[in-house]
Amino acid sequence: MATTDTPDLDIKTDIGNFVYPEKHKYDAGKGLSESTINYMCDVKEEPDWIRDFRMKALKTFRDKPMPTNWASKDLNAINFDEIRYYLAGDQKPSRSWDDVPDDVKQTFERLGIPESERKFLAGVEAQFDSEAAYSNIKEIAAKQGVIFVGSTEGLKEHPEIFRKWFGKVIPTGDNKFSALNSAVFSGGSFIYVPPGVKVSHPLQAYFRINAQNFGQFERTLIIADEGSEVTYMEGCTAPKFDTATLHSAVVELVALKGAKIQYITVQNWSDNVFNLVTKRGMAHEDAEIRWIDCNIGSRLTMKYPGVILKGRRARGEVLSIALANDGQHQDTGAKMVHAADETSSNIISKSISVGHGRATYRGLVTMPKHLKGCKNNTECDALLINTNSRTDTYPAITTRGDHNSVQHEASVSKVSAEQIFYMQQRGMTEGQAMSLAVNGFINDLAQHFPMEYSVELKRLIDLEMEGSVG
Amino acid sequence: MKHELTSRETFDAYLASQKDMPRWWLDLKRESWDRFHDLPMPHRKDENWRFANINGVDLGGFHFGQNPEGEAAEKDLLERSEQVHQRAGRLVFANDRLVHHEAVSQKLSDQGVIWLPLEQAVRKHEDLLRKHFMAQPIKLGSEKFSALHGALCSAGSFLYVPRGVEIDLPLVACHWTNGPNSAVFPHTLVIAEDLARVTLVDFFASHQRHARNYVCGVNDLYAGPGSRVTYISAQNWGHDSLAFHLNSTQAFREAYVTSLNVNVGGRQARTESHSQVLGEGAHTEMQSLTVATGSQEFDQRTLQTHFKGHSVSDLLYKNALLDDARTIFSGLIKVEEEAQQTDAYQTNRNLLLSPTAEANALPGLEILANDVKCSHGATSGQIDDAQLYYMLARGIPESVAKQLLVFGFFEDILGKLENEEIAENLRSLIRAQFD
Repeated sequence: MATTDTPDLDIKTDIGNFVYPEKHKYDAGKGLSESTINYMCDVKEEPDWIRDFRMKALKTFRDKPMPTNWASKDLNAINFDEIRYYLAGDQKPSRSWDDVPDDVKQTFERLGIPESERKFLAGVEAQFDSEAAYSNIKEIAAKQGVIFVGSTEGLKEHPEIFRKWFGKVIPTGDNKFSALNSAVFSGGSFIYVPPGVKVSHPLQAYFRINAQNFGQFERTLIIADEGSEVTYMEGCTAPKFDTATLHSAVVELVALKGAKIQYITVQNWSDNVFNLVTKRGMAHEDAEIRWIDCNIGSRLTMKYPGVILKGRRARGEVLSIALANDGQHQDTGAKMVHAADETSSNIISKSISVGHGRATYRGLVTMPKHLKGCKNNTECDALLINTNSRTDTYPAITTRGDHNSVQHEASVSKVSAEQIFYMQQRGMTEGQAMSLAVNGFINDLAQHFPMEYSVELKRLIDLEMEGSVG
Repeated sequence: MKHELTSRETFDAYLASQKDMPRWWLDLKRESWDRFHDLPMPHRKDENWRFANINGVDLGGFHFGQNPEGEAAEKDLLERSEQVHQRAGRLVFANDRLVHHEAVSQKLSDQGVIWLPLEQAVRKHEDLLRKHFMAQPIKLGSEKFSALHGALCSAGSFLYVPRGVEIDLPLVACHWTNGPNSAVFPHTLVIAEDLARVTLVDFFASHQRHARNYVCGVNDLYAGPGSRVTYISAQNWGHDSLAFHLNSTQAFREAYVTSLNVNVGGRQARTESHSQVLGEGAHTEMQSLTVATGSQEFDQRTLQTHFKGHSVSDLLYKNALLDDARTIFSGLIKVEEEAQQTDAYQTNRNLLLSPTAEANALPGLEILANDVKCSHGATSGQIDDAQLYYMLARGIPESVAKQLLVFGFFEDILGKLENEEIAENLRSLIRAQFD
């Protein structure tokens, strides 16, 4: 690989922790109370039903305990009073490319990220300098009748669709963090694909989202009407500048009869971030929802994309890759709730633990009574690189009903010494050999990713693996 | 006079019956009793009780101790305790009262083998008992019930096999309950010293098939370096009973331990099995066969802990579910940081024979070492249509074919048992559930 001749580069994501002075036109201040929500609703000029919705959610958030009875105790480190829940305005930051630290520039260089994207990723430009690309996509999509706007805009301009599905897949009280999101959400996308429309281009979040929208509490709602198809991508593989310490998004997908939704995430927050995300889709008859989820950054990620298989022959799939480096805990997994006959689901999860990193798989598969012919397949493979790396697997599977079948398999292994030796004999360094082996481990999954993502992912793994051996 | 199981009167009456026992034993009882009352009941949000029917865990309405009709039936129960004829020794208890003690041969006792009812062992072998009685950690959720066992347990078998002694025939213990609402606390303690070899079989059953009883049994295996310990239990409590069986194993260097639990009885039966690998090269096998019928709930919690490397643990739990039955399998493999080159496996297979049965599986891994081979697998499914078709095509009636396939499901464990008489016993216990 072209990148291997570069000298060692310590690519800890805390490189992303550089700070710029911030100025915002709207700032709800620190802490969360009724007045924070009133301020947000006033600034955003939201209808009353949303205000009520937020207020109720705030109450739910306060009532719900932290899920520390099963999840990491690290959650207690979050100080909800120190967080800013709403910042907006200020579309043109006064920073310049010259302010960006050299090592970050170098990282972008090595990842092969286009010049135009780099400025945006470094937080130099609040709006990604690809207005042309965005409007191009928007134009193509609009011709087909596709709505692709921000969630705030969607709420205002398309209330008839928005309100019908908003909060239906993930109710406010689903968990503490979905309640928090429901109380203070801002940003995110709203997409509606009309019946029979197959969106030819993947809709990419960072073509549209600006600094504010890339925010902590984004709310995305995607509705694919009967027989339509859409692919949505969010995130990027580069370490991302960010000052916020808590990200709690809610993403709801609705695939009506025969529709297909593919949702791709590549998450690489800096390693001071708690990334606590609720993602779920509802698949109606013959519909298909597929989550492709890749977690590389953050201090603690808790994310279990799920699919409710509501209609006959619906299909759900989660493909996920997690890489936990020193000081990181990737607590990821999947949920599959079978609620109709002949539904099928597939979960493939691969995790890599490096240094003191900890990767956890948590899964849930339910097949309730009186269902027939449901199938689930789950595979989780974990790779441990160093002696102090850690991995856990906690699936929960409930099966009832007639001719339903479930299989779950998990394995844990290390890179075999023979493999490394073989490669070293042929002139590779130990580090090169290791990163080749790790890339081989995720290769069959990475193939499902869109090309540019899988290429970036491979380079990123090369970077993360450097310095992990020896 | 009958008192509620958890009332002070029950414990005072029990202590009065124990007044000749050593002081440390009575202290342990008092301390356990206090701990039982201090510990909270299991809670719905407790991960160790996930999916379990918490409401069914109710100790109200049970009584501890003897009843006159119970003693009248003892002769009958003794006759029914003849499951294994080829044996090295036997103990029979009914409602925690010793009915029969068949000692080991003179040759074995000359070699130093100790085979005694628990109370006698407490009096005669204080050092061993103080070191090993209730000495293993309870980690899987039933701390409270284990404390009650510690407080009220007197009935049980104590087996000590000295260094290098090999016992070919199995030792047999039978525990019966008799009469409605009686509570029993059967205990089994096996200590196998270096290079010893032994097999022990526990039979648990109620006199009346539909009895309502409360059972909390504890069995602890201590497998010293190079020893081979085989433990088999067959549980057939009355079908309205609440039963707990808490199994712990300590396997030291190069020890080989096999444990097999066969479960068919109870309304709600929970087994907790904890296998601790404490020495290099140790090997533990944990197996379980369950037939769940009616509205029974079988709750199985397992933990395989590897503290030392170059060791193997292998778990296979197979459940066949009929009617509205439920099973919960929750297993965890924990490999500590220094236990490199560990092989740990965990498999749960559920055969759903009714559309309203429910199988829950929570197979888990926590791996802190990196040079390991660990895997787990859980499957739930029906009888394979292709296999059924093969049999039908050869003229075997459907009901017979299904039964053959279900029996075959258990055969990969039963077929490997070295003792054919025990295997045949377990087979008939399983088959009786399909009549």
